[in-house]
Amino acid sequence: MTTFTKALTLGLTAVGIAAPAMAQDLTFWSWRQEDRAVYEKLIEAFEAENPGINVEFEAFEASSYATILSTALAGESGPDLMMVRAYGAFEAVAGANYLMPLTEADVPGLADMTGPAIAAQTLRADGKIYGVPFASQTMLVIYNKDIYAQLGLEEPETWDELVANAKAIQDAGMFGFANGTATAWQNETIVSALASSTIGAEFFDEIVEGTTDFTDPRFVEGLSNLEEISAYFPKGFTGLDYASAQQLFASGMAGMFAGGSFEIANFRSQNPDLNLGVFAAPGESADDEKLVGVFFDGGYAANATTEHPEAAKKFLAYTATSEFGQVFANELGNITPIPGVTFDDELINEIGALNRSAVPYIMLTNFRYEEPSGSVLLQAEVQKMLAGESTPEDAAKAVTDGIATYYAPFQD
Amino acid sequence: MPSTTTNGIEPKPISRARLRLSGRGMWITFLLVPPMVVMALFVIYPILSALAYAFYDWQGLARGEFVGFANFKKVLFQEPFASTTWNAFKHNIYVFFALMIIQNGLGFILAYALWRDLPGARFHRIAVFLPVVLSTVIIGYVWKLFFHPIFGAVNQLLEAIGLGALATPWLGDADTALNALIFVNAWAWVGFPTLVFLAGLQRIPSEILDAARMETDSELTLIRKVVWPLIAPSATVCFVLLFIGSFNWFELPYIMVGLDGSPYGNTDVLGLYFYRTAFGNQSAGIQDFGMGSALAVLMFLFIAVFATAWTIYLRKREIEV
Repeated sequence: MTTFTKALTLGLTAVGIAAPAMAQDLTFWSWRQEDRAVYEKLIEAFEAENPGINVEFEAFEASSYATILSTALAGESGPDLMMVRAYGAFEAVAGANYLMPLTEADVPGLADMTGPAIAAQTLRADGKIYGVPFASQTMLVIYNKDIYAQLGLEEPETWDELVANAKAIQDAGMFGFANGTATAWQNETIVSALASSTIGAEFFDEIVEGTTDFTDPRFVEGLSNLEEISAYFPKGFTGLDYASAQQLFASGMAGMFAGGSFEIANFRSQNPDLNLGVFAAPGESADDEKLVGVFFDGGYAANATTEHPEAAKKFLAYTATSEFGQVFANELGNITPIPGVTFDDELINEIGALNRSAVPYIMLTNFRYEEPSGSVLLQAEVQKMLAGESTPEDAAKAVTDGIATYYAPFQD
Repeated sequence: MPSTTTNGIEPKPISRARLRLSGRGMWITFLLVPPMVVMALFVIYPILSALAYAFYDWQGLARGEFVGFANFKKVLFQEPFASTTWNAFKHNIYVFFALMIIQNGLGFILAYALWRDLPGARFHRIAVFLPVVLSTVIIGYVWKLFFHPIFGAVNQLLEAIGLGALATPWLGDADTALNALIFVNAWAWVGFPTLVFLAGLQRIPSEILDAARMETDSELTLIRKVVWPLIAPSATVCFVLLFIGSFNWFELPYIMVGLDGSPYGNTDVLGLYFYRTAFGNQSAGIQDFGMGSALAVLMFLFIAVFATAWTIYLRKREIEV
């Protein structure tokens, strides 16, 4: 044995002995208990490519996840990797310096994502990105294709056609829309799903810039349209809660449901025979751009104080690859912001196409950082308006006045 | 020891008494310390820390600067929070008075009927108390179904008996939502005051009643002059517990109308407002521990002060009569 081979053998032995000690164990927290199998499969693929890094997936109940995560982070016993929410709820965690800032050097996939996706995981105070955005939700009209076919209806091109379709369904003894307003947040969803095209993309650009407010005639017209079409909601819809509305649609008693793309999985599991279609609610004329409302659900983030920052970054980089996105989209039925992903599911594919003409789900994306949040105001005011207790103008004014208490551009 | 020798008392019993006392003392200590530790840890400490939280500004979970009474000022005087607070508080007061009449009033009438042993009293004694044993979650869920605007039993019953015009989305109508909740609460809990009043009635010695019956034929006079004063301790229990319950009202509205006090704040009460302020309403708002804690402290102070004052007053009345 030469000195060199001796040294090499010794060196390799030393590395062999030390290797287990160098294994990097990462914990990964999530609120998606139901997605465990898919995540474990994704993690396995990652571990195969990155020997020495072990990722352990742990899921918690969704409604208490925020409390569990924030308590753990505050007590310095948080995970290395975690799912975080977007916008205001994201800032509650990121703003407390619990998360590791990410750059395009760490996570190359971020460079290819759209502005709104990145904005959902950016802390406004320092402009840094703290999470890899993972799924978007789309507010649109979901309809029962069989009912449409049975009544000879077509996807509407104008607002009046939408109203006519709803009326035709109601005349046939069913509910035009399954929606109810008893569950407050449904009111915000309905506005985005039904009125985005009437309101128009320019309004949303201007509101983000701060050059207009919600008393703008375009927004008021959107609310008026909503008031008009609520005539085709079920009788007593002011007392109809979210779960009941879902059941009405899933059981085939209603022709349409104005809501989020997240409803589709639920409708399919409640009634696998349901033949679903989607469209963006149209504007006044067929030439108006057909818009859907979009928001991002959350992102994958790393703990600022993790013992293995490099391994954590590697994992986050992996969550922004098309390899990850493909599985995430097709096995979990999510719409991912990772470009170049193809969807096996026809309906998801269609929603992906509708997302190309989208406006933000404005109260969540821009006015849920301070109290009273735009969502709190809009939900209550629309509920009141649809109950016939106020007018679109009053509702728009109340929303603007509420936000103006802390938002300077609305104050003059 | 001159004293023991002169009057002939042995010192031994004294020391034994002392021993027994110290044994007893230890026993008392043993019984008192664990609950006191639990109380301190899980009741007093959280109240004090909520009090401390209320004086800080919170950025999400991170405690910011000390802001003095700013959070209190915000929930009490700054719009739009102030009107939400007063709106919720007003509803609590309404709930309290409505339940005083319906729940405690009916409870007393039922107790009196059961006490007079009207036919079927044994069955009704159980029937009246049965809903009290049910979990609030179940009661809320079942009644939410009964009030369902399309399939609900209440509306269908109204239509079946030709009163379809009265059918309304009970929980979605601003005029009926809070009353519907009060009705359900009274339905569920009327058994409790009934039981407490019944226990009080059964403790009245029959000689007193026999004597009173010789004086008057009127049942009402009997109730007013004899029965009611004698069950004053039961009334104290029912009144004070209802007071505390009404101002801490949370579970039933939470299950039946949600955190927002739907429709548009018409069923909002302080418990709901506190919860969504402190812990955030996932689908609408953000969490603000400072304002939430300020609300919690105000609720605690209000309930503690008024419940104590009222208890003292009611106790005094018990003795006077």
